[in-house]
Amino acid sequence: MEKKLIVSPSPHVHGEQSTARLMLDVVIALLPALIVSTWVFGGRVLAVTAVSVLACVAFEYLIQRFLLRGPLTVTNWSAIVTGLLLAFNLPVSIPLWMVAVGAAVAIGVGKMTFGGLGKNPFNPALVGRVFLLLSFPVAMTTFPAVDAATGATPLSAVKGMLASGMSVPEVMRMVEWSDLWLGFRSGSFGEVSALALLLGFVWLLYRRVITWHIPVAVLGSVAVFTGVLWLCAPDRFMGPLFHLLTGGVLLGAIYMATDYVTSPMTARGMVIYGIGIGVITVLIRLWGQYPEGMSFAILIMNAFVPLIDKYVRPRRFGAIKKA
Amino acid sequence: MLRTFPIGGIHPQENKISRECRIEAMPLPETVTIPLSQHIGSPTEAVVSKGMRVRTGQLIGRSTGFVSANVHASVTGTVTGVDTFVDAAGLRRVGVTIRTEPDEWAEGIDTDDRIVRDCRLSAQEIVARIAAAGIVGMGGATFPTHVKLSIPAGKKVDVLIINGVECEPYLTDDYRIMMERGEEILIGARILASALGVGRILIGIENNKPDAVEALSRLAGVVAPEAEVVPLRVKYPQGSEKHLIAALTGRQVPSGGLPVDVGAVVQNVGTALAVYEAVQKNRPLIERVVTVTGPSVLRQANLRVRIGTPMARLIDYCGGLPADTGKVIAGGPMMGRAVANLEAPVVKGTSALLILPEKEARRTTAQTCIRCGKCVSVCPMGLEPYLLSRLAQKAVWDEAEAHHVTDCIECGSCSWRCPSGLPLLDHIRVGKTEVMRIIRSRKA
Amino acid sequence: MEGLVYTVLALSVLGVVCALILYFVAQKFRVVEDPRIDDVEKMLPGANCGGCGYAGCRQFAATAVEAADLSAQFCPVGGAETMKRIGDFLGKSAPEREPMVAVLRCNGSCANRPRINVYDGAASCAVESALYAGETACPFGCLGQGDCVAACNFGALSMDPETGLPVVDQDKCTGCGACVKRCPKQLFELRRKGPKDRRVYVACRNRDKGAVARKSCEAACIGCGKCVRACPFEAITLGDNLAYIDYNKCRLCRKCVVECPTGAIRDVNFPAPATRPSQNGAAESGQGAPAADTQKGE
Repeated sequence: MEKKLIVSPSPHVHGEQSTARLMLDVVIALLPALIVSTWVFGGRVLAVTAVSVLACVAFEYLIQRFLLRGPLTVTNWSAIVTGLLLAFNLPVSIPLWMVAVGAAVAIGVGKMTFGGLGKNPFNPALVGRVFLLLSFPVAMTTFPAVDAATGATPLSAVKGMLASGMSVPEVMRMVEWSDLWLGFRSGSFGEVSALALLLGFVWLLYRRVITWHIPVAVLGSVAVFTGVLWLCAPDRFMGPLFHLLTGGVLLGAIYMATDYVTSPMTARGMVIYGIGIGVITVLIRLWGQYPEGMSFAILIMNAFVPLIDKYVRPRRFGAIKKA
Repeated sequence: MLRTFPIGGIHPQENKISRECRIEAMPLPETVTIPLSQHIGSPTEAVVSKGMRVRTGQLIGRSTGFVSANVHASVTGTVTGVDTFVDAAGLRRVGVTIRTEPDEWAEGIDTDDRIVRDCRLSAQEIVARIAAAGIVGMGGATFPTHVKLSIPAGKKVDVLIINGVECEPYLTDDYRIMMERGEEILIGARILASALGVGRILIGIENNKPDAVEALSRLAGVVAPEAEVVPLRVKYPQGSEKHLIAALTGRQVPSGGLPVDVGAVVQNVGTALAVYEAVQKNRPLIERVVTVTGPSVLRQANLRVRIGTPMARLIDYCGGLPADTGKVIAGGPMMGRAVANLEAPVVKGTSALLILPEKEARRTTAQTCIRCGKCVSVCPMGLEPYLLSRLAQKAVWDEAEAHHVTDCIECGSCSWRCPSGLPLLDHIRVGKTEVMRIIRSRKA
Repeated sequence: MEGLVYTVLALSVLGVVCALILYFVAQKFRVVEDPRIDDVEKMLPGANCGGCGYAGCRQFAATAVEAADLSAQFCPVGGAETMKRIGDFLGKSAPEREPMVAVLRCNGSCANRPRINVYDGAASCAVESALYAGETACPFGCLGQGDCVAACNFGALSMDPETGLPVVDQDKCTGCGACVKRCPKQLFELRRKGPKDRRVYVACRNRDKGAVARKSCEAACIGCGKCVRACPFEAITLGDNLAYIDYNKCRLCRKCVVECPTGAIRDVNFPAPATRPSQNGAAESGQGAPAADTQKGE
C-alpha cells in the first residue's frame, strides 16, 4: 500500500477549542477594560501593561529555556494573560521597574516554581500583586486623581469617612454611581469600569471560556452578605451595589477567580469556592485593616482548591445503589 | 423544551453529508470473507469447509453458546477457505472466504418486497427465529439480540425503546432506513415488544431529523398504535443506551447495572429492521446499510452491502480513496475504529466508512493539563476524566476503580473537548479494561 | 508577679497532660516488630522494584524473617549473593539461582519490518496494543512506544532511535522482570545470563505461518524447523510456527544460528560471528552463513 493510513483510538474529531484560543479569548475580554482605563488615566496605562506583559513573557521564556529545560509553552498566551491581569491590578502611577519586579515574582515564584502552567496552586498575577502590595505599600496605594477628585479609591475613602463618624446616608449621597459604572474613579486601572468588565464577562460566557458558576457565586455571596448587613443596620453598612461596583470585586470574580489552574474542577466545587471568596472579601473589607480584600480572598480560597476537588465530586449518572 | 439526558454531553459538528443519498444496493463483490465472530460473546464454529458450495442465507457458522450469534453465507458460491484473515485492526481472525456467483437463496427465505404486517408467533418462537438469524445490535455494539430479549428471572420490563438517535456525526444509515423502511422498522419493533411482553414502545429520534420523526409518527398511527415517537434535543452521546433511557423515561440505569434494572430494553432501528426480516421473511442477517462518507469522498452513499465485502470495494464503488485521505474509520468519528487494513471485510457492526482527510485526521500535539474542568463538565457519566486518565497512566488501579472508571462508556466527549488536546480516553480505556480484569479475577 | 506564676503553672500542667496523652497513645498503638526485619531490609538493594513478587523490600524482609526457609523467595536484583547473606543471617537455607537478564524477543527493526500505517494515539504500548495490531504487518512484534523503558526501575532499558526497538543494558539489568510484566506483547523473557554473558535465543514471537511471517518481517522466525534439526542437544522446540530455545539445555554451540535462514536467532557476546564448523567438511557452498548480529548494548 503506497498510502499509509493514520490509526488512532477514538474519538477521531476534536472540538474547536484549544488552550491558546481560550487564552486569546480572555485577552479579548480584557480589551474593553483596557480601552476605558487608557481613556480615563491616559497613555501610561499602556506603558504599564506593556511592561507587565513583556516581562511576564520574557521571564517565562527564560525560566523554561534555561532552568526547567522543558518544552516551551510560552506560545499558548497564558503568560500574556498573567501579564495583563497583573497590570490591571496596579495603580497607573507605579514605577515601571516595580512592574517588572511584580512580573518576575508572578511568573518566577507564582508559576514556574511549581512546574509551570497547570501546576501552580496560586493565581500567579495575584501572587505578583500581593508581593508588590506588601513590599511597596505606598506606591501600590497611591492612585492619581481622576477628575480633580481625591486620590483615594472609593472603598478607602468610604472606609475613612465612616471611621471619622460620618453616617452611611451622608456618605451615600457623595457616591457618584455613574462614575462607578463607567470608570471615572481612582483605583487599580483595570478594575475601575464595571461596564467594561461585564462586557468582557459576556464575551467569555459566549465563547464558553468560563461558566457562570464562579463569578455568580462570588458576586452573589458579596451581595447577600453585605445586603443582609445593610438591611439590619442601614446606618452602619454600605449597600450591596456599592460593594459590587467598587474595588476589585468584578475584576476578581470574572477574571482572577476563574483562572482554570487555581479553581476547582466541578461545578459544585466552583460554587463553594466562589462563595468562600465573596465572604472572605466582605470580612476583610468591613473588619480588616485593608480597604479591599479580593486578592487575599482569592489566594486563600486557592489554597482550599485541592481540598474542594478531593471532597466535592461531580454528580454521577446512575449513582444510586444497585437494586 | 425537548427532552434529553441530564448530565454533560457535547455538540460536535453534525456533518451529515450523505443525508439525502437514497440507499442503493451495492453490486456483489468477487469474494467475501465472513468472520466467524462478529459479535460480543463466544465465536461460532464453522459448519462448512473448503470446496463446499453454499447458497445465500445458508448457515456457515453455528453459535457455540448462549451469548453467541449464528453466521450465514451472504452470497452464493464456493468456499475457498476457512482460514485466518487480517481484520481491520490488522489482527488475525478466522473467517470463511467465498467466491461469489449469482444469488441462489437458501430454502425458506422470502425475497419478496411485499410487506408482511401480521405476526402470530409466540414470544419463544420469535426469540428462536431471531437467534437463528444471527441478529446482533446493529448500532455497533454487536451484542446478540436474542440475549437482550431473554429477561433474567425477577426482572420486569415495561418499555421497549427503539434507538433512532444516530448522534454520531457523519452517519446517516439509520436515518435513511427510517425514511425508506419505516414501516418494516415499526413492525420489527412490534415483534420485539411482543417477544418482551411489553405494551409500550418509545422511539427516540434527535430533533435534527424532523422528517424522520414525522414519517415514523405517521406510520406508527397506521401499523403500531402503541408506539410513540419522541423528538429529542440534539446532544451527543444520546445514542448511548443508558442516556437514551434517561432522556426518554427519566430513569437512570444504576452504576454497574443493565437497562433491565430500570425496566427498559433498547434496540437500534437497524436491529428492528433486521428482526422484521428474520421473523417475517425468514431472512438471516446477511447484509446491512453502510454509510460511505467524508469531506473529500467523490460520491457520498448509503449502501446496502453484503456482510464480508472488503471495505476497499465500497470505497472503490464510491469513487476511490481520495488523494488527501488520512484516516478511514469504521463507524462514526466519535466512537468508530480506525481501519489499518482496507481489505478487511464489512461486518455486522460496520455502520459506516468515514474517510477523513489528513489534516482533519491528525491529532493535535498534546499540551499540559490546565485544569479547566471542561472534561468533567462534558462527561455524560459524571466522571472526572482528567483524574481517571492520570490514575490509569500511573497504574493506580484501586483508585481508578474507586472513581468509577468502569462506568465510562468511552463516548470520547472528554478527549473531544479537552483544549490541551490530551488523549484522555486513550488512557481511561486502558484503565477501564485493566480494572474490569481485576474485578473479574477477584470474583473468580 | 502573680501573672508569672499562673503562666508557669498553666504551661507546666499543659506539658504534663500532653506527656500523659502521648504516653498512652504510644502504648495503645505500639507495634511489636521483629528487629531482624530492619536488618534484613538493610541487606536488600532497597529498589522496591517488586521483582520478587512482594510489595517492596520491607515486605520481602518480613516474609523472609517469618518463613521456615527461603526456598520460595528470591531477590532478583541482589541475586544469589544477597540471598546467601540473608540466609546466613537468619540461619535459613537460601536458594541458589543463576543471574538472569531480560532479552527482547523481537527483531522487528525499522529496516526488517516496514511500517504500513501510522499510529497517532497516546504514546503508550498499552493504548496501542488495545487498539490494533501495530504499525507493521506483524501483530506480534514490538510496538516501540517504550512502556518497558518507563517500567524499568534501573535505567537498563532505552529506545534505539535507529531500530525503534528497546535495548537492554545487561550491566544495569537486574532481572527483576518489570518489563516482562509490562510489555503487552510479552516480548521480554528473563534468560540465564550465561557463561561470559553469552546467550543464544530466538528473537521473535511471530506465530504466523512462515510465508506470512516472512512477508511482514524479514527477520521473523518462519517456523521452518532447521534449527530444531541442527541442535545436537534437543534444546529447541517448535510450536505455533515458532522456535524456542530452552536455555537450560542450550550449550551455546551456535549451530542453530548458522542454520537460521532469516537470522531470527540471536547470539550475543560471542567474540566472532558464528560459522559452520569446518571439521565436518560439510559446509555447503553457495549459501553464505548469515552473519550473526553483533548487537550493541546487549
